[in-house]
Amino acid sequence: MPVKESLEGLVQFTKLENILHFLRSNPVTEDVANWSRLSSLWVMTFGLACCAIEMISSACPRYDLDRFGIIFRPSPRQSDVMVVAGTMTKKMAPVVRRLYDQMAEPRWVIAQGGCASAGGPYNTYAVVQGADLVIPVDVYVPGCPTRPEALIFGFMQLQEKIRREKPQLLKERGLEL
Amino acid sequence: MTPEMELLLVNNIKDRFGSSIIQTTVQFGEVAHTVKKDALLDICRYLKTDPSLRMNFLMDVAGVDFYPEKPRFTVVYHLLSLITKLRLRLKVRIEDGEKVPSLTALWKSADWPEREAYDMFGIVFEGHPDLRRIYMPFDWDGFPLRKDYPLRGYKDRYNPYGEEKK
Amino acid sequence: MNDERVPLKEEAVETKEITLSMGPQHPSTHGVLHLVLDIKGEKVLKADPDIGYLHRGTEKIAENLFYPQFVPYTDRLDYMCAMSNNLAYVAAVEKLLGIEITERAKYIRVVAAELSRIAGHLVCIGAWGVDIGAMSVLLYAFRERELILDLFEMLCGARMTLSYLRVGGVRYDVTPEFKKKCLEFTKILPKRIGEYERLLTGNRIWLERNKGIGALSGEEAIELGLTGPNLRASGVNWDLRKDEPYLVYDRMDFTVPVGSNGDCFDRYTVRIEEMRQALRIIEQALKDMPEGPFNIDTPLIVPPLKQDVYENMEALIHHFKYYSQSFKVPKGEFYSVVEAPKGELGFYVISDGSEKPFRVKIRVPSFANLYAIDRLSRGGYLADVVAVVSSLDPVFGECDK
Repeated sequence: MPVKESLEGLVQFTKLENILHFLRSNPVTEDVANWSRLSSLWVMTFGLACCAIEMISSACPRYDLDRFGIIFRPSPRQSDVMVVAGTMTKKMAPVVRRLYDQMAEPRWVIAQGGCASAGGPYNTYAVVQGADLVIPVDVYVPGCPTRPEALIFGFMQLQEKIRREKPQLLKERGLEL
Repeated sequence: MTPEMELLLVNNIKDRFGSSIIQTTVQFGEVAHTVKKDALLDICRYLKTDPSLRMNFLMDVAGVDFYPEKPRFTVVYHLLSLITKLRLRLKVRIEDGEKVPSLTALWKSADWPEREAYDMFGIVFEGHPDLRRIYMPFDWDGFPLRKDYPLRGYKDRYNPYGEEKK
Repeated sequence: MNDERVPLKEEAVETKEITLSMGPQHPSTHGVLHLVLDIKGEKVLKADPDIGYLHRGTEKIAENLFYPQFVPYTDRLDYMCAMSNNLAYVAAVEKLLGIEITERAKYIRVVAAELSRIAGHLVCIGAWGVDIGAMSVLLYAFRERELILDLFEMLCGARMTLSYLRVGGVRYDVTPEFKKKCLEFTKILPKRIGEYERLLTGNRIWLERNKGIGALSGEEAIELGLTGPNLRASGVNWDLRKDEPYLVYDRMDFTVPVGSNGDCFDRYTVRIEEMRQALRIIEQALKDMPEGPFNIDTPLIVPPLKQDVYENMEALIHHFKYYSQSFKVPKGEFYSVVEAPKGELGFYVISDGSEKPFRVKIRVPSFANLYAIDRLSRGGYLADVVAVVSSLDPVFGECDK
């Protein structure tokens, strides 16, 4: 009888693994997950040199970053994004790697300024030529120092990148990390 | 430069330590004495305690490398007196491997600049309480500011533009 | 429940001495400072600063570039107050060349240096507030700093690292519009400084955390090598603008604030008063600025105006020769000093007669100021280390060169 079948279908549907399967393979869920991640990016304060002052300026009243949902947190365990602002030296590189490893997934990295992107004007014995030799970088923002408007544009590009992410891609294809 | 200043800074010191002073230059209103290494501590003690000079501030300790020339290094000391408002420069020329007496007993502000000179050039200061590297990592090889050290360093995973290690 | 309480044994609680690493990444250390602290409970026994996490090799770069090409690197030393660093380097090269800049250029340089001083002190007080816990001070201080950065942008196009001063004068001229806006700024700022004072100076928490902490007498400060506001807060009246005047400071009328106790609170009041005196100097300099050329006329030391390069053949050749071969500086050495906002900044330039410097040694005030942390934090609490570091105001771009 149709009522019994539809009742059985409902009972099947409310089993936990079927609900999860329905949620995971749904494009709406992906959009909601991505939207929630990009609307509240918490940044780890990792200012190294001159670009750090412009990063602080972009969080201050004139170029407010709080309206994007971006707050600065001191600890790597509580943050989503690491903004490498300034020159990374060879002495500092292992520290940066350790901090990146301590961040919880999902995590992104913005390399702000010429020095973090490619070494900047300092091609010397003590400077790492770009943060991407140590950690994987998502967005590069040029400038020396980067204007706050440019940094905000960098954040918006990162938000675009997150909007297009597919969080369940590995599971869909049956792969494991 | 006024005649009284010249009297104090040049003639006074030359009369007392005539044999230890190798050269004196007066240029752009500044006085620089090149002194022998053994007399350095005596001259500095005199400069600090003499009532007409009272050099109570050691501004800076710098190292300079004149690579193919001998002697190779020069250690330059900048002194200032807050009381008489006079400035003086002392230079000591040493070979690679020679040790220079440390001035930390007279002026505590010589502590870190001497560590920096050791880190950048390899100049060892005798009598320094804690001589170790200050800018470079503690296990770094080589002394960066010497003239035969390449600007871009040696090639490693952090700087692919460096020179090949010989 | 029975009412018996078990008494606590004395040996159950003991305090051990541990080594704490206040690491390079820390919200309160003004940049990349690694402090290795030996603490027992909350008391600090020894503080050993481990610096060098921002050492970029500036002095080695100087030996490979022409004299005018090194000016942007001097900006990035003390990046909060960029133009004072330019001033020290450019003054050394001009002395070696034996040239004297025009009167207008001197007044422009004084205005630039004093604006940088106000910008640097604003960042210091803002960051100090955040470290102690008063976060709104940072937002107010950066609001004023944005006004100064607008003035800089009107002057030469860049906000922070300007490279505005060059050998022989300045890069662009001061327009009448800049003068008007700058005078307006000097009318706005005193009230805002009054706001910071109302927030902080009488504040009980600020006083508890800063008064009596990190006290240093005058002789000890001289012995340790401190300069700038830190030395003046300990009672020593030494300011290079009054004692060894350079540029046109001997014609300006201003006072030098001197503290009495040498603790963190005195360093704060000295900086606030210095900001007010800097405004006085700016007003006088803008009023007395004479008309005339802003660069000297010697051809090979100063590049031609960009408009002439597009229209005139000689200017094009001059432009080409200047940027590809630059000028030779006669043999000699000179140590030029400037009263930077952090202390005494010195550039020791040795020239061997060619177009590139032989050796540039930079005497940075933060390097010497930071040496005093060990002496100031011993015997104090862990929380006082933060107050002491903020009051000494180190900048690691210049400390590590």
